[in-house]
Amino acid sequence: MTDSNTRLSTSSPPDRARRRLLGGLCALGAGTFLTGCDRLSESAPVRAALSNVEQLSYKAQRLIASRQALAKEFDESQIAPVFRPNGTTNPQEDYYRAWVENGFADWRLTIDGLVEEPMTLSLLALREMASRTQITRHDCVEGWSCIGQWTGVPLADLLDRVRPADTARFVVFHCADHTYGGSDLYYESLDMIEAYHPQTLLAYDLNGEPLPVANGAPIRLRAERQLGYKQAKYVMRVELVESFKQLHGGKGGYWEDRGYDWWAGI
Amino acid sequence: MSESVKATIDSDSTGNVPGAPVTRVIKRHTLATRLWHWTNLVCLVVLLMSGLQIFNAHPALYWGEQSDFANPFIAIHARTAEDGERMGVVRIAGQAFDTTGVLGLSDDNGQLRERAFPRWATLPGDKWLTMGRNWHFLAAWIFVPLVVAYLLYILLVPQRRRALFPTWVQLKNIPRTLLDHARLRFHHEADYNGIQKLTYLLVLFGLLPVMILSGLTMAPSVNAAWPWLTELFGGRQSARTFHFLCATALIGFFVVHIALVLVSGVFNNLRSMVSGRYRIQVEAHDGSEPRHD
Repeated sequence: MTDSNTRLSTSSPPDRARRRLLGGLCALGAGTFLTGCDRLSESAPVRAALSNVEQLSYKAQRLIASRQALAKEFDESQIAPVFRPNGTTNPQEDYYRAWVENGFADWRLTIDGLVEEPMTLSLLALREMASRTQITRHDCVEGWSCIGQWTGVPLADLLDRVRPADTARFVVFHCADHTYGGSDLYYESLDMIEAYHPQTLLAYDLNGEPLPVANGAPIRLRAERQLGYKQAKYVMRVELVESFKQLHGGKGGYWEDRGYDWWAGI
Repeated sequence: MSESVKATIDSDSTGNVPGAPVTRVIKRHTLATRLWHWTNLVCLVVLLMSGLQIFNAHPALYWGEQSDFANPFIAIHARTAEDGERMGVVRIAGQAFDTTGVLGLSDDNGQLRERAFPRWATLPGDKWLTMGRNWHFLAAWIFVPLVVAYLLYILLVPQRRRALFPTWVQLKNIPRTLLDHARLRFHHEADYNGIQKLTYLLVLFGLLPVMILSGLTMAPSVNAAWPWLTELFGGRQSARTFHFLCATALIGFFVVHIALVLVSGVFNNLRSMVSGRYRIQVEAHDGSEPRHD
């Protein structure tokens, strides 16, 4: 606001041509903007750039938020009457149907990959380990939330038993179900910080009852600081890896292979 | 300073007198303000449209921590009417409104389809939640740091504070300013009037912070890190509802803002936000320096 920027004058007729040009540019801009954004969504470099934003969100949250911060736990009175199932709710694979038939008696959980002592555990063996019970809120990427009570083995305890190698950077959860009956098995992965988080469980009970088939029987993952699609159901195998590049689509999860963020903390 | 403001407001400077009124072109907006303004416009449009795409993934809002699926506060969906016709319905607190063609049921590539917000309102146009999220977070990462920086700038720089916080005279003159606005009689001055200032303050220190904080509250990792934030909003689903309501309020601000820009001298207003230069009216015999407030 310096004097050199001000000048004294009387009203002059407005510059019509300039106004028309300005108006035209505005209309053109709005029109191309909408179709432009849709086109951009299809272009590979733009999609790569957009996914860099995910890395920014991930690093920012790791930087600012405490790694040990606990997700809020709720009161029993807040448990939802029905815990809403999503994704696959009734796997049709023969092996899975057979497990359901005999109450998961010959179902086994395998923990292997970059570990010093790979192991196989029955459901009974898991139930005999020290457990944790927590009432937490499940937040779906779609936007809804549901509160449920989970009982299971802290993943940290299992990792302590198999002793991960120094090279292990991610824990991958392989599931029994072909999502929506398609050709791909569901899988998910966590970094070691989320994997060792005290609220990260392999849960076998929901609201004090054995986990129903719709919610992931016999065990499902609970990673309480992540969105719903991280909470892998029907977990059969836990594999420790240095990188998930070689697995399935290479993005670390079923939905990640379909464009969703691997970092599901937001 | 207050005297000169009063003098300008009291004088009738609508320019309806015979002979041209004396005007003066001042530099109203700094380059930083202008860049901030237009970056915000792009960010807000992307945030709104990608936000509607995200909303479409679960087009219902609730109060509290979790979703009471049977009793949403607001829901947008399609249903089959008694005559067999499909119709779009918006349900707000138990009241249903027929919104066929726009909300709930709308044209999607030549066919009526169930979708909460129509394809022209969402980014991308197709139902594509993950791409909507990508655009939303990209725009948020540009928008939020700029808003925070601007709010600090307003609070820390006295000149900026004076430009946005109303003086007592301006507050006292609000009824008169309202009346003038109703008569479409606008005073072109270097300073904003009381209504403008209060509106900008409400948006800057009310709507935008609630928008940003309620957005952060929807992130489960943020919930774990700062549980007080979720409690502040009365739960995660309440935060989501506030996020939506604030977006609606921002659209309201946008509409009024555009309307006033159009009726109070669109060329002068646009120029002030493009080149920074703004023509103000001065009293005919006033040869003094322009006011520096």
